[in-house]
Amino acid sequence: MEKRLANWGNYPVISCDETTFTQVDQVEDMISSHSSIIARGNGRCYGDASLATNSVSTLKFDKVLQFDTSTGVFECQSGITLDQILEIAVPKGWFLPVTPGTKFITVGGAVASDVHGKNHHAEGSFSNHIIDMDVITGKKETLTCSKEVLPDLFWATCGGMGLTGIITRVKFGLKKIETAYIKQKQIKARNLDELIRLFEEYNQYTYSMAWIDCLQKGDSFGRGILIVGEHATREELNAQQAASPLSLPDKRPLSVPFNFPSFALNTFTVKAFNWLYYAKNTKREINNVIPYEPFFYPLDAILHWNRGYGKAGFVQYQFVLPLDKKEGLVEILKRISDAGLGSFLAVLKVFGHQDDLISFPRQGYTLALDFPVRKGLFAFLDELDEVVLQYGGRLYLSKDARMKKDVFWQSYPNAQRFAEIVKAYNGDKIFHSVQSERLGIN
Amino acid sequence: MPTALILGAGSDIAVAIARHFAGEKYDIQLAARKVDSLYPLQQDLQIRNQVKVESFAFDATDFDSHAAFYAGLPVKPDITICVFGYLGEQEKAQANWSEAARIIHTNYTGAVSILNIVAEDYAAKGAGTIVGISSVAGERGRQSNYIYGSAKAGFTAYLSGLRNRLFHKGVHVLSVQPGFVYTRMTEHLKLPALLTAQPQQVAKDVYKATVKKKNTLYTKWCWKYIMLIIKSIPEGIFKKLKL
Repeated sequence: MEKRLANWGNYPVISCDETTFTQVDQVEDMISSHSSIIARGNGRCYGDASLATNSVSTLKFDKVLQFDTSTGVFECQSGITLDQILEIAVPKGWFLPVTPGTKFITVGGAVASDVHGKNHHAEGSFSNHIIDMDVITGKKETLTCSKEVLPDLFWATCGGMGLTGIITRVKFGLKKIETAYIKQKQIKARNLDELIRLFEEYNQYTYSMAWIDCLQKGDSFGRGILIVGEHATREELNAQQAASPLSLPDKRPLSVPFNFPSFALNTFTVKAFNWLYYAKNTKREINNVIPYEPFFYPLDAILHWNRGYGKAGFVQYQFVLPLDKKEGLVEILKRISDAGLGSFLAVLKVFGHQDDLISFPRQGYTLALDFPVRKGLFAFLDELDEVVLQYGGRLYLSKDARMKKDVFWQSYPNAQRFAEIVKAYNGDKIFHSVQSERLGIN
Repeated sequence: MPTALILGAGSDIAVAIARHFAGEKYDIQLAARKVDSLYPLQQDLQIRNQVKVESFAFDATDFDSHAAFYAGLPVKPDITICVFGYLGEQEKAQANWSEAARIIHTNYTGAVSILNIVAEDYAAKGAGTIVGISSVAGERGRQSNYIYGSAKAGFTAYLSGLRNRLFHKGVHVLSVQPGFVYTRMTEHLKLPALLTAQPQQVAKDVYKATVKKKNTLYTKWCWKYIMLIIKSIPEGIFKKLKL
């Protein structure tokens, strides 16, 4: 049935005919009966990557096929969401090898976006942990691929935004944990230089990221809070936590019941929020042991938080710049601050080394910011794109809803090779999204 | 641990029911025509819930096989949930007997055939619960789906008679009348959100109704009142409506 559909940013909204499947042969039927389709998981990418006139929802293809509690090997169909995996794995002492800032994404989406987390510098992106997976291509073949078997298909599928076909099954390795808690350290940094120094100083921590206040100028330019953590050992828990170390206290999520009016977000409210966020840490350094949920998924505690940006929606802008291009980061933050377009919770992180076909991460600084959609925003973001290009950076396709075609082709060095592999596996039957058409990939 | 048998385990409602009962620590027996297709669900239920799950081949319209199917179950279930059904196409069924027969035999004859066998076992034991997933379409025939509706009407009447008989033997029978449900069967239709249930809601309602030993269940609850209104329309007016 045709319905109005948008992803997490509520921009853009398109008319879409969405079909579900529970068996592989149903996908083959859909490929036969449509000239163009795209897979869609839980709709948590921000932009238009999984939007198309015809989409195939994987949400009913959500079965766990294997979980070896002695080795941590986990095999599942692609529509299962990470929160369900955590429910199964954590009580048995296993955790996701890589997780983004929300647990409400599907495994298929994690592969197609090749998601990264706070541990990228230490443990890489999601693709690093995949053992093998199945993809149904446009030729209606189910192909099993891995780093060894059909590596071209494998690497074009990791971060390939669903353009190689429908990912149906993924086998990957989980990570051993002793407890469901994180030993966390938060350190306030008075400005960007200090913040970057702290990243270097604490780079031995498995998890690290920083929240940054992008509306500050002068001495406080780029002030923020560095947050680092490790999975807590049993000895590090207090008596109450230690009573059942692998389960978390029950907490009901809050929910934003309706779209906020657009005037709710303005420079004043964002400034006030950022001030409070910075000021709530009264000490320079805070050390504590907290459940994994608020550490990894602070925003998941508020369902539908995207409604806070109003009906017009928002875009998230995430770029990465090479490690030696810190001045580019300064320039972009300055432009945002000057334009008064700061957002809640801009997030800064240092990526470790990664060099594969089409995934977003590469060694360097990555910054993610939300901007409510309003007049003049896209022109401003086009200017930022120029700066990103100038410093040899690129944008994250899972967040993107507006990048111009040239920016993509100039910033992803393997774009041509990627497009060739997509074509080789799909012939004239293609997996198309609004994004892939906008970027001219196929 | 108690055991639940799910007849017609491939549908969205059946998957949701199987997951809910497994979550309540029931061992699960899955039965469907294509037994191979049940393997992922079997693994899923076992891994998520640490219960025992087995799959069996079962064809609702192969009546002669039903006695052997039930006799072949290694453990007899404490609760039998009959979920299978076939919506079919009304217009095709009007003109084409094989489509009409398939609708009738899947929704009615097949259900009577297998539940007769289960009922005999439960009556002899003096224990057990039978759940039949019928439909609000069985409450009044409408031009858009009266062949399906009449088969479901037959099934609903069967369940009510069975309940009457087995009550005296200590066996409970629950009839379920789902209204609109978001499933693969209905995803091409535009359904009113307020009146349409998710399969998980149906599963939860069914589980609760079995615990409370309810006789009939409408899900969503509002369908009880919608059907009261629809049933109260005089036939002289009803026949003129385009429903």
